[in-house]
Amino acid sequence: MTASRLLVVGPISFIAVFFLYPLVAILAKSFGGGAVGLGPFQVLLGDTYYLGRIWFTIWQAAFSTFLTLVLGLPVAYLFARHEFPGKSLLKALTTLPFIMPTIVVAMGFVALLGSGGLVNTGLSGVFGDNAPQVRIANTLTIIFLAHAFYNYSIVVRIVSAYWANLSPQFEESSAMLGAGRVQTFLHVTLPLLLPAIWSSAILVYIFSFTSFGVVMILGGSQFATMEVAIYELTVKLFRLDIAGALAIVQIVFTYIFMLIYTRIQARSAVPVTLVHREAIAKRKRSIRDTLFVIGIISILLIVLSPLLALVERAISTNDGYSLVHFSALFSNDSGSYFYLSPLHVIWNSIRFAFMSMVIAMLVGTAAAYVIVRPGKRSSILDSLFMLPLVVSAVTLGFGFLVAFNRPPVDLRGSWLILVIAHSLVAYPFVIRTLLPVLRGMPPHLKESAALLGASPLRVFIHVELPLIARALVVGATFAFAVSMGEFGASLLLVRSEFTTIPVAIFRLLGQPGAANLGQALAMSTLLMAVVALGFVVIERFRYRDIGGF
Amino acid sequence: MTRWTAIASIMLVLAFTIACGEDEDSELVIMTHDSFDISETIIDEFETDNDATVVIQRAGDAGEALIRAILEKNNPSADLLYGIDNTYLERALEEKIFDEYRSDLLDQVPDEFEFDSSGHVTPIDYGYVNLNYDIDFLTENGLTAPETLEELTGPDWYESLVVENPATSSPGLAFLISTIAYFGEDDDYDYLDFWADMKANGVLVKDGWSDAYYTDFTMYGGDRPLVVSYATSPAAEFLFSEDPIESPPTGNILIDNATFTQIEGIGILKGTNSKNLAKKFIDFALGTRFQEDFPDKMFVYPVNEKAATPDFFKFAEVPSQPVGISAEEIGEKREQWIQAWTKVVLR
Repeated sequence: MTASRLLVVGPISFIAVFFLYPLVAILAKSFGGGAVGLGPFQVLLGDTYYLGRIWFTIWQAAFSTFLTLVLGLPVAYLFARHEFPGKSLLKALTTLPFIMPTIVVAMGFVALLGSGGLVNTGLSGVFGDNAPQVRIANTLTIIFLAHAFYNYSIVVRIVSAYWANLSPQFEESSAMLGAGRVQTFLHVTLPLLLPAIWSSAILVYIFSFTSFGVVMILGGSQFATMEVAIYELTVKLFRLDIAGALAIVQIVFTYIFMLIYTRIQARSAVPVTLVHREAIAKRKRSIRDTLFVIGIISILLIVLSPLLALVERAISTNDGYSLVHFSALFSNDSGSYFYLSPLHVIWNSIRFAFMSMVIAMLVGTAAAYVIVRPGKRSSILDSLFMLPLVVSAVTLGFGFLVAFNRPPVDLRGSWLILVIAHSLVAYPFVIRTLLPVLRGMPPHLKESAALLGASPLRVFIHVELPLIARALVVGATFAFAVSMGEFGASLLLVRSEFTTIPVAIFRLLGQPGAANLGQALAMSTLLMAVVALGFVVIERFRYRDIGGF
Repeated sequence: MTRWTAIASIMLVLAFTIACGEDEDSELVIMTHDSFDISETIIDEFETDNDATVVIQRAGDAGEALIRAILEKNNPSADLLYGIDNTYLERALEEKIFDEYRSDLLDQVPDEFEFDSSGHVTPIDYGYVNLNYDIDFLTENGLTAPETLEELTGPDWYESLVVENPATSSPGLAFLISTIAYFGEDDDYDYLDFWADMKANGVLVKDGWSDAYYTDFTMYGGDRPLVVSYATSPAAEFLFSEDPIESPPTGNILIDNATFTQIEGIGILKGTNSKNLAKKFIDFALGTRFQEDFPDKMFVYPVNEKAATPDFFKFAEVPSQPVGISAEEIGEKREQWIQAWTKVVLR
């Protein structure tokens, strides 16, 4: 088999075996193994409740995406065009919300914006007892805010990676021709950035569309999305047929959205001149720029404040600050059979995340090359590759159990099932970060290298890899993050010795008591620390000396 | 890249080899839900006495574990399923996933807990679902805990209660059933009228116990002083307090005929090849060693009347008159009840 054929067969068979097959298996089982009748669909579409869930899911995701873009773009600009001390750490911190378990974030919001939270106590302190109070718990507002909070780092990371390598020459010419800053941004920069903006918008839309925890925990039960309805139907009402029908509706809807999105994204691609980062970063900085940097950094710190509030709660006790909650994690006071040291749990999370990241990079890179191959079918394939992000953890988890349950491939209870599940939701990030760069790559580069007699492999290593390295790093970051934060499939699929950090946090919060809460927050703090460290390490990864631009 | 490919493929091959080993008959796999907990020494004891290996797999919540067992019917990855309660029992029996087994030790279990007359699921533990309140909050606001469910619809308790969604949460369903037992289904003022009034009085619905308890209950920074939880929760608050305390910061509201008894049991999954070992485990789980071990881990009461509970269970008061709705009736009407409730409260 030639290398180029392997490139096509590899990612397609991965998705066929580990995604389509389990999905079909569980859907077939849900419909009772027989022919798929229209019955469940009629029940579904004839019921205004489910129609309402479908409509709510669609519009809340659209608005959340818009809000996330508006909040994310200025930050993307900051990271793309400015150098300042602590940049790499700040960058790692801004991506943290993405991996935090929702219930933990919800507690952060409560600590900050709840009735006894910092903001309202502050308001009462300043304005007295009749002070205006912020009350957004369990409203639609907090769902939008939380979606933006969770997802803005997708916009920041993907757009800034692209922006950083975009030659400033167009903007400079535009300025010389007398255009103002706003004009230049709207007519020159924005169109050039569109491929990357579309990339991140697709991901944000899918994440808001399939949002489960955010909506359930922060919004309360009145705001159920399709994802929540699928869980209810499967686990509590045992209507697997209607749940299956809803899952199919969800997949079809998203597939259509993806087709539209990916077409637009493909069309928006323009060949761009990618340049080394130093050429951009060493520009002179005006006072206006400095004010901008300080302004955005302060806003970022406010955005991160729910997380800081959690860390504060993790180290506070009745007698001031201490690390008792952390040390309590290390002792098995009750002698539980299930006890795992936090080091063991962290190690589980790290190794699963690393393996998922490696698989996601291989599959994602190959898939991205398949998509950009000339041909009409690219957006059909592109949309197909995005589907694992849409299917809920409950559906896919049960699908795995049904599909891989007999020798020679009985994966039930194995950690491998988890790594595969994680890579399935991780590789779409690699595809989305790579596509704008691959499409923007001027064809003459590869052609001249080939003309000079370089083999395809040499062209890839010496010409293409340096150009896509930055995007790959961003893809790897998210692949790692997705696995570190994944929760639904992890809870359902693995044996206790493979417990990951989010699952451990969830279990601590399964029982009442201040000590359990303290330990859960301590564990969350460890999660943030490990992930931030992971991000900084991935960021340091450079391809030879040129990869980092 | 090539090195990574090599490493990845080696890892994949290794994993497949490891994962494909067949189960031995001396291995006993128990599938259960996330809240299950037991001492390591107890499991060690069983393993030594029976020359066996025990693997306990926690597979999501009780509903997810049951669905998994149903999907794996006749080809189970486990030998035993622990955690079937009286709200799920009928469904499990309908699917015929269990083999029959009646342990001799059931003699030591009061009749009221023998919830499966067909003899497939053996009761192991039970608990009560009821309202908890934040003692300090009520004292500071000059309130006394409600003594009837009707009081909850009054102005004193406006926007004061958080409940779990019966469509997604076990305590949520248990509380819904309590209100059905209390108000009835066809009375002049039935359970749906009560829930309509509760909605008007600002009841908050959350999908899970953890969210309700840790983000909305006033004890942990929320703004609801009343929460649907368990009769053992105040005892857990006592055990897991940060500093030693005299009595728990939360209290139980035990209203006659409005406190649901949740009984949990274990069953042998059809298709197991460790049936004798599975039977031995059920006997062992009904014995006092096992029964006295779990109360301070799972915060439930042992069904064996000879088993003692720890001292601090004095804070886990037992209701004098719990709800008397049978597992059969729940099995028959749960979907109808949940849908009717959802229409009134959420739509």
